Amino acid sequence: MSIAWYLAASAIIFSLGAVGVIIRRNPLVILLCLELMLNGANLALIAFARMWGNGDGQILALIVMTVAACEVCIGLGMIVAIYRRRLPIDVDELRELQG
Amino acid sequence: MSTLLFFLAAVGAISGAIGVVALRDPFFCVLALVAHLLSLAVLFLLLRAEFVAAAQVVVYAGAVMVLYVFVVAYVGEGGRSTEAGRHSPSARIPVSASDRLRGAGAPLAANLRLGGALLGGALLVELMIALLGSGLKAIEGHGAAYTPGPRAYGTPAYIGNLLLTRFLLAFEIASFLLLIAAVGGVVLARRREGLEEEAGGAGRLASAPGERLAALDLTRPAGTGTMAEGVGRR
Repeated sequence: MSIAWYLAASAIIFSLGAVGVIIRRNPLVILLCLELMLNGANLALIAFARMWGNGDGQILALIVMTVAACEVCIGLGMIVAIYRRRLPIDVDELRELQG
Repeated sequence: MSTLLFFLAAVGAISGAIGVVALRDPFFCVLALVAHLLSLAVLFLLLRAEFVAAAQVVVYAGAVMVLYVFVVAYVGEGGRSTEAGRHSPSARIPVSASDRLRGAGAPLAANLRLGGALLGGALLVELMIALLGSGLKAIEGHGAAYTPGPRAYGTPAYIGNLLLTRFLLAFEIASFLLLIAAVGGVVLARRREGLEEEAGGAGRLASAPGERLAALDLTRPAGTGTMAEGVGRR
């Protein structure tokens, strides 16, 4: 398969993740959709790395995976803290910072 | 063979992504993401990224998803009911004033869904134009030349060599970032006793009358959410 097919798949996955971030209200699912967007970007990075035969894109994909793991750790910690305060787990309800 | 494998894995990855976006129950969303990640690992293997595919399966589909499943099980119904319907509040979550003010919640949600889908479609068209219409000749090819071997492109030896020579600084910064995130996760998710009742908690240094004030209490006042408080030792 040519590289273009992989790029098309990565674009579809990225846009699906973006749609999910916009339409879902549960912060857990929003985190999952963020993972989708990061995975779409990772697929494009690895496809371009294969295109040039160069390992830099793969290293960047590994670093993106590390950052995603950090984001999951902090995000899930925040969701657990929200749950402990008996607040609703819904991003439309959590708007104290909106003023 | 590789064409068939590509289409199987791509259809799996995209349907997993649709499942994450469309399924109602967060637990099924997590399962759909696991299926998506496994299909994506097959795509990585087709692109000769062996080490990244293995890391994807072990770290993502293994460890991170277990974390998600734990949090979904911990939060339980609370995370599920708000998404299911705005007008059926569970016993746990009180109906807020905004809920009653915004009596017509259903059309708003439908509008949001339509707008999100439109925006996603526009983003997809734009990405396709940017990626496929770029005029690069190389994206029509099958990639650079590849010769199999123990230290070939994408093997653990190749990646390790790059990580410990050219990308040593990025590697160290990533490991430090992981450490900070682990500490931050513990700090955020621990139990804060007393913060709900008293804002500061500084006036509660010696809670019981007969209790002696230890030297440690001055550096660590009550209600600051220490590990000892989390297990109820104060």
